[in-house]
Amino acid sequence: MKINKGAWVRIHDIVLTPQERATNLPDDTKKVPLEMWVKGFLMEDATIGEKVEIETITGRKVEGTLLEANPYYDHDFGKFVPEILEIGLQLRKILWVGENHE
Amino acid sequence: MNKEMTYEAVMARRGEIMKQAVGIDYSVFEYGKIAFDYERMMRETGYSLQEMQVIQGDTGVGNTPLLELKNLTALARKLAPEGKGARIFIKDEASNPSGSFKARRAANAVYHAKKLGYKGVIAATSGNYGAAVASQAAMRGLKCIIIQECYDSTGKGQPEIIEKARKCEAYGAEVVQLTVGPELFYTFLKLLEETGYFNASLYTPFGIAGVETLGYELAMQFRERVGKDPDVVVCTNAGGGNLTGTARGLIKAGANEVKIVGASVNLKGLHMASDGDFNKKSFTTGHTGFGIPFSTWPDRSDVPRSAARPLRYMDRYVLVNQGEVFYMTEALAQLEGLERGPAGNTSLAVAFSLAQEMDQDQIIVVQETEYTGAGKHIQPQLSFAKENGIEVKFGNPEEEIQGENIILPSHPSLIKAREIDINQLRSSYIKNCITQNNLKEITEADLDFLIKDGNTTEEFALKILEGLNVKITK
Repeated sequence: MKINKGAWVRIHDIVLTPQERATNLPDDTKKVPLEMWVKGFLMEDATIGEKVEIETITGRKVEGTLLEANPYYDHDFGKFVPEILEIGLQLRKILWVGENHE
Repeated sequence: MNKEMTYEAVMARRGEIMKQAVGIDYSVFEYGKIAFDYERMMRETGYSLQEMQVIQGDTGVGNTPLLELKNLTALARKLAPEGKGARIFIKDEASNPSGSFKARRAANAVYHAKKLGYKGVIAATSGNYGAAVASQAAMRGLKCIIIQECYDSTGKGQPEIIEKARKCEAYGAEVVQLTVGPELFYTFLKLLEETGYFNASLYTPFGIAGVETLGYELAMQFRERVGKDPDVVVCTNAGGGNLTGTARGLIKAGANEVKIVGASVNLKGLHMASDGDFNKKSFTTGHTGFGIPFSTWPDRSDVPRSAARPLRYMDRYVLVNQGEVFYMTEALAQLEGLERGPAGNTSLAVAFSLAQEMDQDQIIVVQETEYTGAGKHIQPQLSFAKENGIEVKFGNPEEEIQGENIILPSHPSLIKAREIDINQLRSSYIKNCITQNNLKEITEADLDFLIKDGNTTEEFALKILEGLNVKITK
């Protein structure tokens, strides 16, 4: 997909390959690269997956692989956790027992 | 001239980059082989309490409400032995501009950066401090970059940290997100070198001193409201700055009798630098993965000498489990009508337990709350835990196995603050001072420093040093 110059995009880059990483890491971390994600304005027209340069909100120029345009947050309040309901019911029962709160 | 940018080359320039980026020459405070003059450093590079009140007041930081948790106190008294159950209060630090007490640290750091003429600030933090620095930078017209450890190698992010990234961006900051690993520090150094911005470290004298206003306010608010100082103040402990600053502020107010309790969430067995463990944690701060290493070796931070020295001020250090903190977070909402972020409630879970050991006329204070929202809330954090294969169930929190399950107490009477042997921490601290510096002998001045910094006795320190075959020279 082609993204136009000036679009707000998210890029990805490998900061350190597994070989370049620090020596004192746990085994699982040692096996994988140190990766980075940054957002900014796309400097030239490009397609997703291409090496591009962006200008971040503070004006830095950063290079990386183009991931997406108009990145947005989709973190939320998660799925329903029924256990949480029980806590309030139990606490109110213990605290207000014998009192007229029905 | 092109500088070499490999991991080793950048790390080797660490001292030089740091000096440029903090504007403090720490070597002037150092003497002996390990000692440094902590109080002189705080005096000469920090700000006075009055100056800080002005700096923080200018940006709407501080003077947060002190709330009495009457229903939680009543609940604690129902569970406590006859006559026990101290009054529980909470300092609602979520009322600060960026939603946590970290605004106090950031206010000073960003003010200082502006005063020294830096064009921007950088902070390496996955926590509330990022939003605090971004908020202050917005107010003072400085640029801001926050570096986070956010994702595991499959690209899955901690919802709590993603929310904090969103908040930083909301204040106009650039957020650089990384996968798991201590080389975050390498990226941090590269960015400091590239931009010439100020290192708004959590651990500078001005950052730590920024929390002194919190301790001072506590003493003043209690004297005004109940006519006496509180008996116990519980501080959620990670890097040690919250506890250090609060304790110093209380001392500056003359509240010398107050007992300081450090509180952390127990994340035993989960390695902080492990890619696989990263998303098995349900807390990203306030936990033992920071609390213990930073207590026993404070100078592991992003400045040569950390101004956070929790062992100096801690009277007790206690742990609670994840399920207990989530339970108390829900209790705070359901019984007190206060919806606040889980991590800040670590000290609340502890206070609820400790209150039951104290007399009814005594006072215990939870000295912070933090904001809550999408990702940073009991619901998404428990939901995320389940998605990552963590079993969530009711039972005895004592039996929680971190990384495998989260046990919500089946009854509030099961919430227990579990004591850590503080002498064990003191002993580790002294050992670290010796081994990290590869020493066979230290001076008498060093010994005095160890006694002060470890808040211990000469006898205790000498015994540890003897075990390490370290000689004391004049």
